[in-house]
Amino acid sequence: MPSNENRQRAASARTGWALSAPALLLLGFAASGPLLIVLVYSFLTPGDYGNVVWKFSLDGWRGILFTRDIFDGTLHLADANLTIFWRSVKLSLLTTAITFAVGFPTAWFIATRPAKSRALWLFLITIPFWTNLLIRTVAINEVIRNEGIINTLLIWTGLITEPLRIIYTDTAVLIGMAYVYLPLMVLPLFAAIDRFDMKLLEAGYDLYASRWQVLRRVILPIVKPGIVAGSILVFVPSLGAYVTPRVLGGGKNMMIGNFIELQFGAGRNWPLGAALSMTLLIIVTVALLFYVRAANRGSPHG
Amino acid sequence: MSKDVAVEVRNAVKAFGQGDSAVRALDDVSVDIRKGEFFTLLGPSGCGKTTLLRLIAGFETPSSGQILLDGKDITRDPPNRRPVNTVFQSYALFPHLTVAQNIGFGLEMQGRPKAEIAAVTANMLALVQLGPMAQRKTSQLSGGQQQRVALARALAPRPKVLLLDEPLSALDLKLRKEMQIELKRLQLETGITFIFVTHDQEEALTMSDRIGVMSAGRIRQIGTPRDIYTRPVNRFVASFIGESNFLSGAVETGGVRLSCGDLVEAAGTEGRSGKVTLAVRPEQVRLTRAGEPGALPATITDWVYFGTDTHCHLALSDGTEVVARLQSPATGDAGLEKGKAVALRFAPGAAQVLGD
Ligand SMILES: Nc1ncnc2c1ncn2[C@@H]1O[C@H](COP(=O)(O)OP(=O)(O)O)[C@@H](O)[C@H]1O
Ligand SMILES: [Mg+2]
Repeated sequence: MPSNENRQRAASARTGWALSAPALLLLGFAASGPLLIVLVYSFLTPGDYGNVVWKFSLDGWRGILFTRDIFDGTLHLADANLTIFWRSVKLSLLTTAITFAVGFPTAWFIATRPAKSRALWLFLITIPFWTNLLIRTVAINEVIRNEGIINTLLIWTGLITEPLRIIYTDTAVLIGMAYVYLPLMVLPLFAAIDRFDMKLLEAGYDLYASRWQVLRRVILPIVKPGIVAGSILVFVPSLGAYVTPRVLGGGKNMMIGNFIELQFGAGRNWPLGAALSMTLLIIVTVALLFYVRAANRGSPHG
Repeated sequence: MSKDVAVEVRNAVKAFGQGDSAVRALDDVSVDIRKGEFFTLLGPSGCGKTTLLRLIAGFETPSSGQILLDGKDITRDPPNRRPVNTVFQSYALFPHLTVAQNIGFGLEMQGRPKAEIAAVTANMLALVQLGPMAQRKTSQLSGGQQQRVALARALAPRPKVLLLDEPLSALDLKLRKEMQIELKRLQLETGITFIFVTHDQEEALTMSDRIGVMSAGRIRQIGTPRDIYTRPVNRFVASFIGESNFLSGAVETGGVRLSCGDLVEAAGTEGRSGKVTLAVRPEQVRLTRAGEPGALPATITDWVYFGTDTHCHLALSDGTEVVARLQSPATGDAGLEKGKAVALRFAPGAAQVLGD
């Protein structure tokens, strides 16, 4: 009897929910708990030695964009904060673009190797993950600083007389982030290209497409899920990056991550730090929504 | 070169690899394919059919030799500059495009106006009877439908030559028969030159205007299906297409003296002397009365009933084995008994002297 069957199915579904309830509760609490705490803190008043005082205030959120004049108490747009936001978004977008430009040919190269050597190449790509992020970043520092490997070599060969000033600039942060996040771009791209049917290249050429058209009209639309995944995996952590801008950007070239840390540390303004954290979360969510929407809009015809 | 030749392959050689490990996939192949004909490349797997097709499409360049299209040397032209399209064995349809977009792809890449693309696509959809499927993704189609999309996509830009690499091999038997008829119809309706690759002799015989039989990187014989079947030039062709009895003998005036001592009439003795091999199709071997002109004494060694016909295995007086395919009588066993002494003869013109 169908109704009986339905009832059975509903019952087994209920049992399923009941059995997973403890895990779901734990997960839900672990995901939303800290977030809730941060949200609540953003509406409180900073204490004198850090921490918070349980008194409602919007100053945390106001502090994201405005500063209060010490003398007359009027609000001004906080240029420094805007610069930090803009730098974070700009550097993250550039990092995504650079890792894609370098990662796509790399992933293509690996995916077109014979099956045996492919495993080795993938293994090589993941080697940097074996080392602590801080150590990798300090290593980059060693390469690009004024007395570092690059400058020493260039001066020794006589190409330049003064060291190139890379360290403690946005460029240094960009180099560092592109290096650190490159594998996160390569791996999803590889997975997508690996599934790509190479016969389609011949089909494209056969139907009068130039190399460029084959790339744009055949390869890119088909491996798009890999591009989307790689971009998200690089963009999101770039936006919240802390170690890389700290080590390679020096104190001046802060990104959102460093700015937040500052509020919880020397700044002693936890509500502002909490509000900044929520803002970062909102920026990432909105950016992702836009990106996924645009990516799903389909091929040039569709 | 005459004006009705579409594709001319001149002394094409294609070697893969270097030095000792080099494989000669094509070994000095020359062939003229005429405008508007259905030409089939037939041969066993690995004989170089795909390689020859890829040379014409432009996916490979020959190690030496030339490819001409309408009398123009296209040997070094890339695939996207050749008015030649391919129907791939795996179809290779674009998974991110709809059926209609797949069909219009070639025209779009050629930069044709939108209105023309839409019109041609609609025509092609009608031609392959896929009108209602126009907006589907190709993954939502059955194997036979994907096949039709691949055909329509390759025909839409009206290529001078259409190349088809074993396009039917992935289909089941019933669908394959349907598509054979469909392909032939499309070829007649469009008037486009088809170069069709298959390892299926029946497909080749039923569909082609002419067949080129290949083995080990060479074309062994070119001719109409009837030529190829009735006048195979060598042992490979005679055994690859249909079945044959092979008899050895020596050319004499008036025919060929078989190793069993009897003289039989044979085609292809002109200009030949000394030892030769004769090929005779089993259905051209008849049982007859001893003493008739051309009758060879033989003994029945075995027979197998196949329904419409019965295969009778015979031994000539020197032991040479001959198979006769006899029509089964309505009733009874036609008097076939193991060990019975009989006589056989070859139908007039059925015995063919083979070259090497
Ligand atoms: N890209 C290649 N590299 C090396 N050998 C190849 C390549 N393509 C074909 N061959 C060899 O050339 C011969 C002919 O192959 P192919 O033209 O595919 O035969 P067919 O289509 O008749 O089955 C085979 O021995 C095959 O192994
Ligand atoms: Mg093949």
